[in-house]
Amino acid sequence: MKLVRAWITPLIALVIAFGIGAILMITQGSDPLRAYESLFTTAFSTQEGLAKTFGKATPLAISGLAVVIGLRAGLFNIGAQGQLISGALAAAWAGYAITGLPMIAHVPLCLIIGAIFGSLVGYIAGALKAYRGIHEVITTIMLNSIVLQFAEYLSNGPLKEEGSIIAKTPPIADSAKIGSIAGLPIGFLLSGLLAVGVWWIFKKTTTGFRFETVGKNKNAAWYAGIAVKRNTVFAMVACGALAGFGGAVETLGVVGKFEPAFNQGLGFDGITIALLARANPLAVIPGAILFGGMRGAGPTMQFTAGVSPEIIDLILAIVLFFVTAPIISRIFKLKSDSNAQVTSGWGSN
Amino acid sequence: MLRLQAVGEVIKMMTSALRSRKSLYFYVVVIAIAFAYSVNSVSTVAVAASSITFGLPLAMAAMVGIMCERTGVVNIGIEGTLLTSAFFGFFVAALSQNLIWGLLAAIASGAVTGLLLALLTVSWKMDQIIAGTIVNILATGLTSFFYKQGYSLPAIFPRWSIPGLSDIPFLGRVFFQSGPITYFGLILIFVLYVAMYHTAWGLRTRAIGEYPSSAETSGISVKKFKYINVVIAGAFGGLTGAYLALELVGSFDRGFSAGKGFTALAIMIFGRWNPIGALLAAIFFGFAQALANQLMIDGLVAIPGPFINMLPYVLTIVVLAFSAGKVRGPAAAGQPYEREQA
Repeated sequence: MKLVRAWITPLIALVIAFGIGAILMITQGSDPLRAYESLFTTAFSTQEGLAKTFGKATPLAISGLAVVIGLRAGLFNIGAQGQLISGALAAAWAGYAITGLPMIAHVPLCLIIGAIFGSLVGYIAGALKAYRGIHEVITTIMLNSIVLQFAEYLSNGPLKEEGSIIAKTPPIADSAKIGSIAGLPIGFLLSGLLAVGVWWIFKKTTTGFRFETVGKNKNAAWYAGIAVKRNTVFAMVACGALAGFGGAVETLGVVGKFEPAFNQGLGFDGITIALLARANPLAVIPGAILFGGMRGAGPTMQFTAGVSPEIIDLILAIVLFFVTAPIISRIFKLKSDSNAQVTSGWGSN
Repeated sequence: MLRLQAVGEVIKMMTSALRSRKSLYFYVVVIAIAFAYSVNSVSTVAVAASSITFGLPLAMAAMVGIMCERTGVVNIGIEGTLLTSAFFGFFVAALSQNLIWGLLAAIASGAVTGLLLALLTVSWKMDQIIAGTIVNILATGLTSFFYKQGYSLPAIFPRWSIPGLSDIPFLGRVFFQSGPITYFGLILIFVLYVAMYHTAWGLRTRAIGEYPSSAETSGISVKKFKYINVVIAGAFGGLTGAYLALELVGSFDRGFSAGKGFTALAIMIFGRWNPIGALLAAIFFGFAQALANQLMIDGLVAIPGPFINMLPYVLTIVVLAFSAGKVRGPAAAGQPYEREQA
């Protein structure tokens, strides 16, 4: 029964969002049934479509996990986007600049470098939160823009591929590429492992317990002898490392180089997925598969049904609205989920 | 209600401010401007004028944050308000070929985003940060789905030179040759300052932001006040969006507001939740941007473009790192208010 309750709100939210999406399509003169049919058959019925879906789902799942860790620790990490870009660029650099390594060493090295650079971005936000009391939402949003600008500078300057017209790095070496096993991208399998890992940390380890205690009640955590500030920094570093890892997986598995135009919006979808999953790491995976499918098949839907792919942005926004606002539980008389404060105010802590 | 007495008080306060120790900053700034003007008058005027142009939308957006937080609602959805209102302002003006309709649409749509935020935070007592994020993400989704290319405005709001005043060297170009929304926005900031500290409305608003249950005890309807203030703040944000779309830029694009709503929050904190303080902080931000641009144009330094673009964001973090901890916001901001049951 508890499980049903956890799933029912997100499901109703999805139904409502697709309904509103359909109405909007009708007002624009398109056929919603054809659009949704095209969307879902493209995403989930063919071998090729599924490969694309899982490929798109990978960074979404990992950035979703990065947001989940933050939410559990009482931090609203809007910065998965910047952390992910930082990791993606660092992994691309490690992928093309380091040569002569065997694959078994090169791939993990790139992933670790991606995670480190992602965690650096997370560290800045965590330290500013812990030691200066600046709300992480502001710092992470500012860092998103800063990292993007910096990445544009690097990929159009020092790290630019010679002779290229657009801003991008050289392609990564073959020894840094990760492929698929039996049609499933290895990156997606990694994201599944990470989800289990994050679940395990919160279920079984003291680290997870400390995160949650700080997230639920700072004063109680402090009273219980938990180093609140250090935990805040550590949680943001963990978020950043995950998101950076996700960016690295995207670079090594899909993009094969760094280009600023790619990777856009992945971190923001991660926020929606994390809230849809109600901060449950295992529920992030199905959410990411659904979103990945929609993102991957959006262009096809535009081609067959003439609906602009931005409808997906809007549908996801509506999903987020209905999942987080306590409307559904009111209308359907569900036992309401408590309106927990996951975040704290600023300037006064 | 604004009384003459209040205006007198402001003047008295300003004259006493000019004698206080803090006024040292003011004199330093005036001397620096005078010196720069004597060295290169063209660039100095350009930098000063752009400081206002860049700073004003940030100051106006910061007013949205101040009005909300002073009544205890953290508004992280300013970005969404700016985006929505710029969108409606631009497209209504472009479709009707009438800037006034655009302006009204922008203000109305801004008020609607405020209403949504009030509904989520005041009535439904949602986490205010998540509520604001929802406003932002909904605004992004709506404006990017309905965005169409190929529309243009009949014109942008023209500059109005105020006769006499606009001929004053330096000050005339900087302050008295601006568009109508600039004048209106600046006046509103001063009105908000007076209203916040010299009217019953301001006192009640601040009381709710500090200690809502005590305000309720003294007979103020906390819920109603919060609704009114957040909706008015949204309308003010709509005016800011109109300024961006109809007076400053004259176009609209996806992601048009470019983080200004978040920078505005930093400016609000830097300005200590005080309208005049926030205005000065915003002009400082505008100045940094204008100076960097001018240095590029004059060819004095070769800063790569991305670093110029990064400047407001870096400045936001640096300013917060130095000012946070030293300032304290309204005590009840961010907490849902529950009336105690008798």
